[in-house]
Amino acid sequence: MAVHAALADLSLREAAARIRTGAMTAVDLVRAVLARCDERDERLGAVLARGDESALAAAEAVDRSLAAGGDVGPLAGVPIGLKDNICTRDLPTTAGSRMLEHFQPAYDATVVERLRAAGAIPVVKLNCDEFAMGSSTENSAFRPTRNPWDPSRVPGGSSGGSAAAVAAGLCAGALGTDTGGSIRLPASFCGVVGVKPSYGRVSRYGVIAYASSLDQVGPVTRDVADAALLLGVIAGHDPRDSTSSPRPTPDFAAALDDGVRGLRIGLPREYFVEGMQPEVETAVRGAVDRLQELGATVTPVTLPHTPYAIATYYLVATAEASSNLARYDGVRYGRRAESSGGVEEMYRTSRGEGFGTEVKRRIMLGTYVLSAGYYDAYYVKAQRARTAIAADFRRAFETCDVLAAPVAPTTAFRLGERLDDPVTMYLSDILTISANLAGIPALSVPCGQDAGGLPVGLQLLGRPFDEATLLRVAAAHEATGDWPERRPPA
Amino acid sequence: MTGPVEAVIGLEVHAEMLTASKIFCACSAAFGGPPNTNVCPVCLGMPGVLPVLNGQVVDFAIRAGLATHCTIQPRSVFARKNYFYPDLPKGYQISQYELPICLGGHLDVLVADAVRRIGLTRIHMEEDTGKNIHDADVTGSLVDFNRSGVPLLEIVSEPDMRTPEEAGAYLRTLRSILQYLEICDGNMEEGSFRCDANVSIRPPGATALGTKVEIKNMNSFRAVERAIAYEVVRQREAQQAGEPIVQETRLWDADREETRSMRSKEHAHDYRYFPEPDLPPVAVDLAWLERVRAAMPELPAERRTRFEQTYDLRPEDADVLTQRKDVADYFEAGVAAGAAPKEMANWTMTELLRLIRDEKLDRALVIRAWPITPAQLAGLANLVADGTLNRNTAKGLLAELMGTGLDPAELVRTRGLAQVSDAGAIEGVVAVVLRAHPEQVQQFKAGKDKVIGYLVGQAMKASGGKANPKVVQDVLRRALRDG
Amino acid sequence: MAITRDEVRRVAALARLHLSADEEARLAGDLDHILSAFATLQALDTTGLEPMRPVDVADAPLRPDGAVNPPAADALLEQAPDRQGRLFHVPRIIE
Repeated sequence: MAVHAALADLSLREAAARIRTGAMTAVDLVRAVLARCDERDERLGAVLARGDESALAAAEAVDRSLAAGGDVGPLAGVPIGLKDNICTRDLPTTAGSRMLEHFQPAYDATVVERLRAAGAIPVVKLNCDEFAMGSSTENSAFRPTRNPWDPSRVPGGSSGGSAAAVAAGLCAGALGTDTGGSIRLPASFCGVVGVKPSYGRVSRYGVIAYASSLDQVGPVTRDVADAALLLGVIAGHDPRDSTSSPRPTPDFAAALDDGVRGLRIGLPREYFVEGMQPEVETAVRGAVDRLQELGATVTPVTLPHTPYAIATYYLVATAEASSNLARYDGVRYGRRAESSGGVEEMYRTSRGEGFGTEVKRRIMLGTYVLSAGYYDAYYVKAQRARTAIAADFRRAFETCDVLAAPVAPTTAFRLGERLDDPVTMYLSDILTISANLAGIPALSVPCGQDAGGLPVGLQLLGRPFDEATLLRVAAAHEATGDWPERRPPA
Repeated sequence: MTGPVEAVIGLEVHAEMLTASKIFCACSAAFGGPPNTNVCPVCLGMPGVLPVLNGQVVDFAIRAGLATHCTIQPRSVFARKNYFYPDLPKGYQISQYELPICLGGHLDVLVADAVRRIGLTRIHMEEDTGKNIHDADVTGSLVDFNRSGVPLLEIVSEPDMRTPEEAGAYLRTLRSILQYLEICDGNMEEGSFRCDANVSIRPPGATALGTKVEIKNMNSFRAVERAIAYEVVRQREAQQAGEPIVQETRLWDADREETRSMRSKEHAHDYRYFPEPDLPPVAVDLAWLERVRAAMPELPAERRTRFEQTYDLRPEDADVLTQRKDVADYFEAGVAAGAAPKEMANWTMTELLRLIRDEKLDRALVIRAWPITPAQLAGLANLVADGTLNRNTAKGLLAELMGTGLDPAELVRTRGLAQVSDAGAIEGVVAVVLRAHPEQVQQFKAGKDKVIGYLVGQAMKASGGKANPKVVQDVLRRALRDG
Repeated sequence: MAITRDEVRRVAALARLHLSADEEARLAGDLDHILSAFATLQALDTTGLEPMRPVDVADAPLRPDGAVNPPAADALLEQAPDRQGRLFHVPRIIE
């Protein structure tokens, strides 16, 4: 099985290249990935569903096509994991919730269609906090996922399954979603690369909505070049998503090796918070220093409305979520509770049983925030505060090309550690939410490990639709170390 | 409060738009069909789906707004109206709230020979819900989502109406406009044109509004008028008895002819409106407005006035002729084909409208295939006007002309159907009839003038219906006088 | 600003969520705690600021009015928890 093991560790680029040249078959690669799931997921708990048959069938089709000299896409034969809030027509899609425990959509999300069109093979559905609400994947209705670097700790959330799977070598690439940091935080905790594109860069059609004005789909990979490749496949205007940008998709890989000479990096002072784990600060500042050595200039900047970001985020996100989750009423699909009363009782019982504690909490908060008498004071106020937060970034980008900061104040915390107090859990997001509020792109790239070996992520934030510069800086940073080669203990 | 009261009535109309596809997805918006066939993930509210706006819906809204003198907003915003009901798939309806597409406006309505101007508050776009069918065995309901997502225009009037008749006239006028614009087929029975009424009372001359009651479940214009009339009386009697009028929703019961309070709901309606995050604002620029304005057909009120003036028609007749645009077009085509306006009007109002009813042609919003063409009807009208045919014969020919495209004048010629108007020829027939009915002759000479009708009838029969009845009467009278 | 049990019940009713007595108590505390933490937002002067809108799409894109026969109508009905023929069945609506 050593041969198989090596296959599953190949980067997306390398795997795609070898399949294209015939150096290996797609079937072998899919088998290797499935074998890794067999070996490692028991401990990890990242996989909610597997499509062994469909994936092998798709792999066989790719191999046949190649043998016949046919044209195949840039990711032909490459297995990809999908966060379980992304609809796949051949695999169950639960959003980590009992409400959708037995739901299988009859349609693919646009991002899944694009993966398939590129020849990629959806192979596993990955665990997440229920309806993407959470920062640790502990809110999954089914099981928590464990951090591959330390199984007593969380992988981060809500895309914890995606980050853990990529870090643990189950698959070389996965898609996650990021509403308030849900790709970047788990990427940071698990030592992988995670990108949240600009709002509107990637279609949300078929992605189970949490907060409509904040959600984005993005790649989770082991290195920056893979992230650029995967982002390029899924990005682009979708007529089925009215908020998707009509901007053409650039070649995200084109400028990857251009280096950082002359680029201006801003350090927002509000993001180096008091009480940060010292090793996190050291790793992040160290990374910035290295970029400076490579020719970037570094300037302090201020984002003065940062203190309002948590409140703004949770008021807007929960308000939109409370409305987005109203469709889960047991009428047309999903969980319907046994009830002897009328339809109202059916609603209350189905939703009471189908939703977990955190989801209920956020629905309640969001409903309250929108209800008569509170709408102006909470929801409207928060949407206006958002404009101020976005303006802070615009101002910062007048003098900088990217901003650098930590992803989180700490490395991965222990399972169960933050479940008592919702506000404590919410504060995990403090450094990531502003990018969602402003709609700007941001990513996490590994930059160090703490004394316990737990990964630290460097966060880079960029101008709207300037993912290319973020990836370029991230690539330059990545080249100063060996993080893509680091693997968690087996 | 005793004494006279003033009724204050506002109407809210929901009109289903005649687009090919639904407002936020490409499913067919056509009425009917087997249940849950015109459905897709979007209009079923499945996880992850998103709305995409049908441009034709905006165009229709602009059309309706311009026709009713509204101000079209250059930017309008969709909003979510959040509530739970089995026919509402997403648990919210996408509608417009704070920033609708049309504001202001008015309709001029003809009521008992006077024109009343009824103000409009707003017009906005929204999606329709599915349909609940109450289950036969009472264990629940059955839901069909074919209608979910069909585009609606909501048209809200100011509380400017004062009588049920004004309300009825407003609805007829509004429906006629929407039909002229081909936005809506205006069918209350099938539910493509729905009306809710808001009714309150106050002392005459007061400016403050009384407590308003919403009335629903009225399925025809007559029902609207009856329900409003009933409700005004109910409120007046309640007030006279010292009972407060409760702000509530009441349903019209057409069988019992009364409004009934809906059982009180546990939850007050808190719709938690907020701007729809999945849809950016709707932009309407001046160029679009101009395009719609340029393509606007002549509207019913203008056409009615023009018919009165140009064709010298009575207002009631002009009104009948302009109720339907296709009928008004038909009439004018007939005049263009050479018929005298008054004759064409007459024939259109009697024969054509009867034909439309009998053949159920009015099911279509726009009748395109006429069983008898305007030129044919015009031809027939001319043949009667110039004395070639009498009216009865002409009516008898209608059936033959239908669906044939035959020219009536040609038909008359080939079949020798021209009525005989030659007095000389008729004198012979008259002489025979007088000889055959000596009693009636005596009666006439004794002063019973009415018996002439009988004698004319006999002469018509004897002539095989071909005699010109006017000439017959003249000849008969002369013969009776002289003989 | 304390969130009362009544408030919690009102909101739970709007959201059609059945809550146990324990959940009610806990949520009252949670909502209170969370909203207090957010009270700082009230201090921000937001006069003159427009609510946020998506960065790149100013106007709603418009779709041409063609009807397309949805291919998956039958497959969508298969997800129904309770069906009679092609109709979704729900428990009775008590008006």
